[in-house]
Amino acid sequence: MIKKIFLIGNPNVGKSVVFSRLTGVQVISSNYGGTTVEITRGVLKLGGQEIEVVDLPGTYSLEASSKSEEVAVTILKDYPKEECVVVNIVDSTNLERNLYLSLELIEEGLPVIVALNMCDEAKHHGVSIQVDKLEKILGVPVIPTCAITGLGIKLLLERIAETKPVERQRFSHRQRWQEIGNIIGQVQQLTHRHHSLREILEDASVRPFSGALIAIAIILVSFEVVRFIGENLINRIADPIFLNLYQPLLAKLSSFLGEESFIHHLVIGDLINGRIDFKQSLGILTTAPYIEFAMVLPYIISFYFVLGLLEDIGILPRLAMLLDNILHHLGLHGFAIIPVLLGLGCNVPGILATRNLESRRERFIAATLISIGVPCVALQAMIFGLLGRFSGWYVSGVYLVLLAVWLVLGIILNHTVKGYSPELLIEIPPYRLPSLSTLWKKLFLRIKGFLIEAAPLVLVGVLIINVLLYFKLFGLLTGIFAPVIKGLFGLPKEAVVSLVMGLFRKDVAVGMLMPLALTAKQLFITAVLLAISFPCVATFVVFFKELGLKDLIKASLIMLTVALVTGTLLNFVIH
Amino acid sequence: MKKISLKQMKEKQKGIVCDISAGPALQNKFMSMGIYKGREIAKISHIGLKGPVAIKVGRSVLVLGHGVASKITIEIQ
Repeated sequence: MIKKIFLIGNPNVGKSVVFSRLTGVQVISSNYGGTTVEITRGVLKLGGQEIEVVDLPGTYSLEASSKSEEVAVTILKDYPKEECVVVNIVDSTNLERNLYLSLELIEEGLPVIVALNMCDEAKHHGVSIQVDKLEKILGVPVIPTCAITGLGIKLLLERIAETKPVERQRFSHRQRWQEIGNIIGQVQQLTHRHHSLREILEDASVRPFSGALIAIAIILVSFEVVRFIGENLINRIADPIFLNLYQPLLAKLSSFLGEESFIHHLVIGDLINGRIDFKQSLGILTTAPYIEFAMVLPYIISFYFVLGLLEDIGILPRLAMLLDNILHHLGLHGFAIIPVLLGLGCNVPGILATRNLESRRERFIAATLISIGVPCVALQAMIFGLLGRFSGWYVSGVYLVLLAVWLVLGIILNHTVKGYSPELLIEIPPYRLPSLSTLWKKLFLRIKGFLIEAAPLVLVGVLIINVLLYFKLFGLLTGIFAPVIKGLFGLPKEAVVSLVMGLFRKDVAVGMLMPLALTAKQLFITAVLLAISFPCVATFVVFFKELGLKDLIKASLIMLTVALVTGTLLNFVIH
Repeated sequence: MKKISLKQMKEKQKGIVCDISAGPALQNKFMSMGIYKGREIAKISHIGLKGPVAIKVGRSVLVLGHGVASKITIEIQ
């Protein structure tokens, strides 16, 4: 009786795409190994029976070498063999390397069925595989599939039932590779092809000079595109909707409730010059939705659209190679750039992605650097909101300060944190043309994730602030922190409220700064301080879950120190 | 026949892995990625003097950090 189906395979063979095909559950997939760091589960209906499908993080062998690989292997080995089927997903374009894990699985006595995935791409590369012969040699069912189009999935399902453990001699490592050499010789034919434009680009992207040029061009273009799409979504869609459609409705509600009532204070907030001001009013129907939908969401959409493109083309691992040198000085290696880039969207998936880093020291450094020095989309939107009306140098200035903080803190952590940092050892995937449907699904998932996680928090945050403001309960807080805020940072003592509430969610901090009428310098310092402190309460939670209380406390103390030092320095340096 | 480290190989040069001086964990990792004694590899590039090395093993392109790369000795014609 089959109760579970495990999907296992090397990194970046399309396990998550197969998973989506089998279960209908949409998960994020990209063109680099290590996209899936958590175990994803879904349900498949097969012959009237419900079977749980488990998507495991990619691994090269059953001898795990990172946290996410370890998770995959332990789950697989602990489950009773009679009750499961292991779908081994194999990249047909690279059969040789993939067969190592396949043989291990079969030798382990697991009931294995092999999905020869990306068979369309293999054809493209001039690789042809004799499936019948491979099936005979391995002794387990082998089905060619193309998960992105859905080809072969039906056949895969039909043959799952006939999967059973087979007797196979246990090999030593060397013998296994020898055996693989034999198998490849028998089942795979390569047609030689001339170098295509794509291969020339692939080559150029991993050479020092051309690679750096390509990377810089890609990063600059990406930033521009993110800004362009974001600004246009705001100016052409979000703002008109809020100002022309929503505001008149709220104005009616406002006069109905009466400006002085408590309900008005909660729902609409304060009227600024007799009108609702979406950025400053601080009501749960005014500022809260405006921040989320007209300031942050447009950038979430544009950022994740561009990130998705970069991910699916296969650019990220190439950046990892080019930046390896620099990241070594921070106690990390090149792969850490991927969590950092994810962190630019939202720190939470960024910190989760550090699971791909091998050592605990590396994970601590990466997670700390992300939560302190990497501003998420919401935070960046706030920086733009605060400083956008001054010259572009103010906004760029915040990024430069953050970059400096990031580098200096990284170097310090590299010299102080105990433990070892392993070296880069990754596979560079081929460039792939992104599939529009995967791209769209991924964007949709990420937007949905943002709306579910962030929007309610912002609503609650605005509500709390509102109540506290109404009953004038911030006095104690401002009193305690006045010496630091005024003396060291040169800010009015009321700014502490926004800084503290910013720890809850950055988006709510801005509305409270507006009424303080800060100077450009003060706004700049505040923006930097907001950027340095952890972006939201969810970051604290995920940091705690991933690295434990001790490390969270350490990172929080580091954050406070960095904020204190940077804020003070800026206050005394800038004139 | 000459034995040199992976770092010293020139771009586009081919050779055969003849020694890997690494602990068992790294040996295993190399092994599972297809880098083992007797395997033919081709160097694609390296980034800077102390940077990572890109090699082609079978049909995959692998990138190895500087330290890891210097642990691998290659026999070239």
